[in-house]
Amino acid sequence: MDATGRELKARAAITGLGISEMGRVYGHDAQHFAAEAIQRAVADAGLRKEDIDGLLVNPGVSALGGMGGVGLQNYLGLTNLRLLSSMNVGGATANVMVQYAAMSVIHGMANHVVCVFADAPLQPNKGGGAAYAGMGRPTRPSGMGGLYPAFGVMGINAHYAIAARRHMAMYGTTNDHFGAIAVAERQWAAMNPIAEHREPMTLEDYHASRWVAEPLHLLDCCLVSNGGVAVIVSRADAAKDMKQPPAYIWGMGQGHPGDMRRKGWDVETQTGAPMSKEKAFAMAGIGIDDVDVLQAYDCYTYTVLVTLEDYGFCAKSEGGPFVADGKLAPGGALPTNTGGGQLSAYYMWGMTPLSEGIIQARGQGGDRQVDKHDVVLVTGNGGILDHHSTIVLSPHDA
Amino acid sequence: MSDTYTRPIPQADEESREFYDGARRHELMLMRCKDCRAWRLPSRPRCPDCWSTDTAWEKASGRGTLYSFGVMHQKFPGFSEDGPYHYAIVELEEGPRIVSNVVGVPDDEIRVDMPLVAYFDDVSDDTTLVRFMSDKS
Repeated sequence: MDATGRELKARAAITGLGISEMGRVYGHDAQHFAAEAIQRAVADAGLRKEDIDGLLVNPGVSALGGMGGVGLQNYLGLTNLRLLSSMNVGGATANVMVQYAAMSVIHGMANHVVCVFADAPLQPNKGGGAAYAGMGRPTRPSGMGGLYPAFGVMGINAHYAIAARRHMAMYGTTNDHFGAIAVAERQWAAMNPIAEHREPMTLEDYHASRWVAEPLHLLDCCLVSNGGVAVIVSRADAAKDMKQPPAYIWGMGQGHPGDMRRKGWDVETQTGAPMSKEKAFAMAGIGIDDVDVLQAYDCYTYTVLVTLEDYGFCAKSEGGPFVADGKLAPGGALPTNTGGGQLSAYYMWGMTPLSEGIIQARGQGGDRQVDKHDVVLVTGNGGILDHHSTIVLSPHDA
Repeated sequence: MSDTYTRPIPQADEESREFYDGARRHELMLMRCKDCRAWRLPSRPRCPDCWSTDTAWEKASGRGTLYSFGVMHQKFPGFSEDGPYHYAIVELEEGPRIVSNVVGVPDDEIRVDMPLVAYFDDVSDDTTLVRFMSDKS
């Protein structure tokens, strides 16, 4: 085995996709959504529940099935598991679960591994942010962490505002640039039947939306959704005879650079994406110009912008001008977040970009299907830009 | 000191006591590795650079620059009556970054990379917060 991992290219595929009822859906817990997504994924793949011999679980902010996923296993009566774990690197987890699943099926540890994310943080008559407020690191009132609440740095928005502001100050990035990303994603969402927000949005609407944490407007921030998404990873040779067109996993990688929180360590504007990309692209044998469709993790508009720079779609500092001309929108040169992303469609952490990447790779996007979809890049981001993960998908087995 | 101070007042713990005690003396104290000499924040028993546990507290210069800042519009307990407020990350001359805020500068004049100097704000009888003001020198 050489250092590029090239022999792993297209040895595994995504063979099933299940998306539960999604969005402002009340009265169910996360386990219900996880089960619904898994049942739909198994049916989509043309499998029976007895065929599932691996389960990887990413709980959101709601508890999901107890330690190690055993609660969800028993809820679903999965009695044939050779592989079971609960995993969490935030929004990077979906791609990461798929990576461990792919390695497991390639090496014969399991045949069909389900990877699932589900969450139910929304409650009727409560703001979507309520479940996430106070999750910013660190929040304990004592010790050095006590400085954060002392100065009012609470919730995730506060931290991403710091990152976005730093980029603006260093490179001249503007709210118009962030707004262009939000507007492009809304254009895509208009063509996605399950997107929560399909009504038209202009740059003026973006600027008129209320401030959350300057420089972030409300329309810079992802939705909060109740729901679940499950995918099934199988060996490539098995995938050929299954119900759906396989989405072959061409490349995969992760990047976790750490944060020393001091001079010279600017993880806010230089993320783990280059590390993650290097491994994934070497495995896939592709360069940046080969990417046809991008599904970029978009917890905030800023996350998309810095991801574009860190993958090398444009130079560092040029993310703003790069997105300003509609390149990401329908008809643009780099179709990005073609389901409307987490800003306009649904917020399922890394499962949002992954699910749309699978749909595009299969050619099942309907009105929003991108004609050329030979190479689909899916990115994941977790924590406050702490974790990055990459999956390269293709309808082709080589 | 103010009788009307409503924002959360942090408590020292074992690993941060010297930082908070230093602030009460109006000194900015940071941990420094006795082996590799790296400054670190937050305070921790082990140096993340060389893994040495041989450490000392040293007085920092109090000078730094504004690394980044945000203006919070969401409402949180203790802050809700003040309207939007800014919060800052200050990059200290010694290298580490600390969360704080900038005082004495109108909000619309706060700029990333502006030079700053520590200001010790006695917010209660036993707690002093390290804020920063413009260093025009």
